[in-house]
Amino acid sequence: MKANQLSLTFSSISENVGITRLLIASVGAQLDLSLNDIEELKVAVSEAVSNAIIHGYKNNPDHIVYLNLDIAKDTLKIVVKDEGCGISNVEQAMQPAYSTDPERMGLGFVFMQSFMDELQVESTLEVGTTVTMIKHLKQTPISSH
Amino acid sequence: MDDSEINSTDINLGGMVLKLEKKIERLTLLLRLDGELDMHTASMVRQAIDIEIEKRGIRTVILNFQNVRFVDSSGLGVILGRYKKLLPMGGKLKITNAPPHIYKIMELSGLPKIINFYMDEAHAYEEGRGA
Repeated sequence: MKANQLSLTFSSISENVGITRLLIASVGAQLDLSLNDIEELKVAVSEAVSNAIIHGYKNNPDHIVYLNLDIAKDTLKIVVKDEGCGISNVEQAMQPAYSTDPERMGLGFVFMQSFMDELQVESTLEVGTTVTMIKHLKQTPISSH
Repeated sequence: MDDSEINSTDINLGGMVLKLEKKIERLTLLLRLDGELDMHTASMVRQAIDIEIEKRGIRTVILNFQNVRFVDSSGLGVILGRYKKLLPMGGKLKITNAPPHIYKIMELSGLPKIINFYMDEAHAYEEGRGA
């Protein structure tokens, strides 16, 4: 797989969540991932970006979310970064069913964890949150056709 | 004719669209969703359902997911929220025609443990009728 990098910088508005899904789906297709893998990547990215907008920026549309994709030989690294309020207790926030809003299921991190091979969350109060997700790419055998 | 109506509401004219088709029959609201259900479209679905619960006294909500192409935790949150709202009123929320990849996400969330799924609208209407 050719090394490749993509960055998307966008306003913290909900319309953009769908655009990030389009981007990851296109990259997934280019990497020859299965439709199932692509669906899972879409959910993971959607959760990370939604978290940045809803929790990091508290739905304030005047901020910027950063999405970086780093494709190496055998890994796809997805980094979603916000410069929002940060998470006071990352461990607690990552628990299933933990949510600050009763209308939400608290499943964002659960989905990210289920669908990615690695998940790392770094957060500092009033500085922001960076979510790093890694998907291991299977080496395609040369005679796969 | 008087107590049933069909209308369509377009949600967001951007790239990621969710279309809603509403059908009301007595105290049952049928909502056919077409598109992607995420944080952007969830609030519109919430409003579409809540207004019927509050204004018309709707007590059964049937959500047809046949044409839903994407759902994440924000989308699941709006479903769970409507379920929680209807429960103390003695109401019900039912889901029909969930495509396999959508059902998989719902299953991971535990939603099928509390909400009934049906293969189609007819089965959802049938269950509980006359009870």
